[in-house]
Amino acid sequence: MTKLAAKNHIVGLKCKECARRYPETALHVCEFCFGPLEVEYDYEVICQRASRKAIEAGPRSMWRYKDFLPVQPDDQLVDIGAGLTPLVRSKNLAEALGLDQLYLKNDCVNPTYSFKDRPVSVAATKALEFGFEILSCASTGNLAGAVAAHAARAGVRSFIFVPSNLEAGKILGAAIYDPVLVAVDGNYDQVNRLCSEIADRYHWAFVNINMRPYYAEGSKTLAFEVAEQLGWRAPDHVVVPVASGSMFTKIWKGFQELAKTELLPERLPRMSVAQALGCSPIATAYFNGTFNVKPVIPDTIAKSLAIGNPADGYYDLKIIEESGGAAETATDEEIVDGIKLLAQTEGIFAETAGGVTIACLKKLIASGKVRRDELVVAYITGNGLKTQEAVADQVAPAIQVGPTLTSFEEAFCKLDHPANVAAVA
Amino acid sequence: MARVRVKFTFPPMLIKEPVIHNMSMQHNLVTNIRRANVTKDKGWVVLELEGAQDAIDGAIASVTAMGVRVDPVEGDVIEG
Repeated sequence: MTKLAAKNHIVGLKCKECARRYPETALHVCEFCFGPLEVEYDYEVICQRASRKAIEAGPRSMWRYKDFLPVQPDDQLVDIGAGLTPLVRSKNLAEALGLDQLYLKNDCVNPTYSFKDRPVSVAATKALEFGFEILSCASTGNLAGAVAAHAARAGVRSFIFVPSNLEAGKILGAAIYDPVLVAVDGNYDQVNRLCSEIADRYHWAFVNINMRPYYAEGSKTLAFEVAEQLGWRAPDHVVVPVASGSMFTKIWKGFQELAKTELLPERLPRMSVAQALGCSPIATAYFNGTFNVKPVIPDTIAKSLAIGNPADGYYDLKIIEESGGAAETATDEEIVDGIKLLAQTEGIFAETAGGVTIACLKKLIASGKVRRDELVVAYITGNGLKTQEAVADQVAPAIQVGPTLTSFEEAFCKLDHPANVAAVA
Repeated sequence: MARVRVKFTFPPMLIKEPVIHNMSMQHNLVTNIRRANVTKDKGWVVLELEGAQDAIDGAIASVTAMGVRVDPVEGDVIEG
């Protein structure tokens, strides 16, 4: 091993606003300007270690990209099998939308059925390295399940904070892993502020607060995998559902890092944001031609995207500008149509965020912002079984028949379906 | 004494008002502005509030009632 390869690939943390540097600790805000901190790497070291061949020979999970993640070689990975999810070449949906080449990154099939397993796997690993004994988060859904599952795997306790008015069913996917669930009375803003204060006061690993610089890095694997699955090339255009904006910045960072380490050619994708109209502060700023993201009160069926004050909104807008991308919004009705279109053309049942992606992609194509000849990747980040209520009244009821062939055939003949005609013929 | 890091987002009607000064006087708080972007019709300020916990809670409640949006500097931490 060369001296360079033996060096730490993590330089430390760096403020995204004032560029002040900090050591690698559980810190997320610059102590001078209160700007967000980000992990800084030594790309010369990464270049020495990482190669296409080494990655392809790695584990069949997101951890095949370990050299690009903020963990140490001797860290005990908290790995429940997140990542290396299918990149599906779309035929039917591509045809329906009029695209030459459309791929769907299907992150519905992660262990807790959303992309959140990726950042949480990194945050949990880092939490163990720092000696934390409690993993925590504030969540209304996907994140809660991912944190509770990873805590179970790591053998540490987890505290999950939820608004007290949250329906019991929403939290079942987390409760099964036996976390301590804390239901907080108060409105959204009050719960939000309390969680921030608890994170400040208690020595716990809040995955998306004091562990945020590390947590966020896990989402880079969504770019790494797509590039590898496309045969080591970047797409021309990606469409990403956006809530806090963190995943969008990290997908961009992922493609940039592959280019920086010469695993990809320099050409990077155009990056487009998909938001629900009822919670679209970033898209609204884009439409208004400003980088000033005005917070909103969410009102949308896409609960997993309902972040009214997105921490990374400004950075998302910068990436849109730099990459030549765009932003689009989808109404609740369009979201449901998007979910149905994806399910009925490609057999993928996505949660509401997936409906947002497909609906926005359709509109971006119609407006010419996504070109028909581009190689497009749409990110589908969560499983539809989590938000069944969004489409419950949209699916056809069962045909009622008696337990006889005659009864079935009577009902079958009344069906307006091509199979009926074929069978009769 | 407690310290809280917050972001105030001001509606246009409050841009000309000395909201932070009045709040610190009324609630006996020390305020320390770290970053800001204020124009004639919109503005945000990232600052630290230092004082008794009750006074900080009271100050946040009073500026919120005036129409200022108060968020943790991390933005929304409740994720879906």
